[in-house]
Amino acid sequence: MSIEVRNLNKRFGSFVAVSDVSFTVASGELFALLGPSGCGKTTLLRIIAGLETQDSGTVLLSGEDATTQDVRQRGVGFVFQHYALFRHMTVFDNVAFGLDVRPRERRPSKAEISRRVHDLLGLVQLDYLHDRYPTQLSGGQRQRVALARALAVEPKVLLLDEPFGALDANVRRDLRRWLRRLHHDIKLTSVFVTHDQEEAFDLADRVVIMNRGQIEQEGRPAAVVDDPATPFVMNFVGNVNRFVGTVSAGRGHFGDFAVDYPAHTAADAHAAAAYARPHELRVSRTDAGNGFWTALAHVTPAGPVVRLELKTDDGRLVNVDLARSDFDDLDVRPGDRLHVSPQRVRVFLE
Amino acid sequence: MVRTRRHTVLPGFRLTMGYTIFYLVLIVLLPLLTLPIRSWELGWSVFQATVTDPRVLASYRLSLGAALAAAAINAVFGLVVAWVLTRYRLPGQRVIDALIDLPFALPTAVAGITLTTLYAPGGWLGRHLAAWGITVAFTPLGITLALVFIGLPFVVRTLQPVIDDLDLEIEEAASSLGATRWQVLGRVVLPYLSPAWLTGFALAFARSVGEYGSVVFIAGNMPMRTEITPLLIITQLEQFDYARATAIAVVLLLLSFLLLLLINGLQSWAGRRLST
Repeated sequence: MSIEVRNLNKRFGSFVAVSDVSFTVASGELFALLGPSGCGKTTLLRIIAGLETQDSGTVLLSGEDATTQDVRQRGVGFVFQHYALFRHMTVFDNVAFGLDVRPRERRPSKAEISRRVHDLLGLVQLDYLHDRYPTQLSGGQRQRVALARALAVEPKVLLLDEPFGALDANVRRDLRRWLRRLHHDIKLTSVFVTHDQEEAFDLADRVVIMNRGQIEQEGRPAAVVDDPATPFVMNFVGNVNRFVGTVSAGRGHFGDFAVDYPAHTAADAHAAAAYARPHELRVSRTDAGNGFWTALAHVTPAGPVVRLELKTDDGRLVNVDLARSDFDDLDVRPGDRLHVSPQRVRVFLE
Repeated sequence: MVRTRRHTVLPGFRLTMGYTIFYLVLIVLLPLLTLPIRSWELGWSVFQATVTDPRVLASYRLSLGAALAAAAINAVFGLVVAWVLTRYRLPGQRVIDALIDLPFALPTAVAGITLTTLYAPGGWLGRHLAAWGITVAFTPLGITLALVFIGLPFVVRTLQPVIDDLDLEIEEAASSLGATRWQVLGRVVLPYLSPAWLTGFALAFARSVGEYGSVVFIAGNMPMRTEITPLLIITQLEQFDYARATAIAVVLLLLSFLLLLLINGLQSWAGRRLST
């Protein structure tokens, strides 16, 4: 089932949570809403689920306007950030809940419910814990029970609010891999909310990046990483170095280096900033041209990539990521002079 | 008592346990123990005759029955009041909230006189109720009403923090799974509240069994019909028949204790399902 969101708006008092947001999730897609906390992504997810009502705009599920449907009628499976499991019920009863509460004529038989619950618990690899209570489970296990519970009602759409937010790093990585495989197997249209860009890019077919209630950029993960549409996205998806300067007559000048900027052909100077990722800067012991001199301030030798912290002569910090072998070839120590030349920059007018 | 031998990280088990027992004995058990001792003076046959006197038996039925009924009524409406006060923002919230505690603070005799004035056949409300053929004052109904009045804060105050603690997401999760509002309340919300709910019920009941001041005025105190046990006890005391008074009290105490034990058992059963 597809999801379409059209011109959605939502305010809480004077706070604008969602502002004129539109996007489409294709059937079977795994879609991420990514953004810093407070950007409106959870509110957006709750509006799609019917747990919150929009001030204006429409939500279409399978092309049908769902505005007048409440959360019970929408057929969405919602997984809460803190799982919201029923503490007084066993794992089995939690998963069976959605089937148990159906009106008699649509309720499967006891045997059928039991079979389906055990199937689902098998799917999330927790069948051996079916008679435990939620408080006896670990965070990752609870998350999987919450997922099985949401899947039990055979939802047309799965909505997950920060599905890995409350878990520690190792469990998070495992669960992420597991969820990707699960989605591959059942092909259920899924939307998840996250503030972790790595998580979004790792899992999602497409992402929407939100900031202050608005969409900054929408696209495939690779496209978003390679071609950030706005300075916000540039900053949000990974580390970045920012250089301020001006553009005029098709060229940008940023202190000691200059780049082409064909979009601005006017002769008068316009304030702009150039952004370069740490691995897009080349460092050398000799002047490579179109760059600037720095002093090596600090080295973080973390695994295959070595992070260098460089200080320009006017005291600004520049971060550079270097392959381990390149770092070894360079053979530098803190205090040494290094020349930095940007290989790839993106310029945004300010 | 195996526990005392086990080493736990938290120190002070013996000390606190000892203190608790000492305190309970001093404050609760010692005064209560004087009751059977005092009533012992009567001898078994007089004791038996006293507590099985039809008038006394009728008063037990009335006292326990009215207390149970009042606690049950409070359990239902107190839950509603606690729910509304916790979940919704009302105009004058603080004033309404403070009103709940008034039955605690009011001298019970004042409450009794007020209720009687209201519900007496010629009173503001009693007049109109009489037109419908309902008499409140000087009937078991009036006694129950007085007990509802004094018991309400117990239910409301025990439930409020628990309702406040109830995560809204739990209810949202249940509705997203297709549960109707009634199913959410019956299958998710009430099971969460049940331990506190039973506590409130037990407190309201316990308070009602021993209540005297607010009841005697509205009860009318007709032997066999509207005479509550505490009144009988006071009557005996006024005749300086302390032994008989304590005999009646001992039995009432035992009956209440059994009922409270039962409620506690229910409560720990409900609580176990939540806390494991």
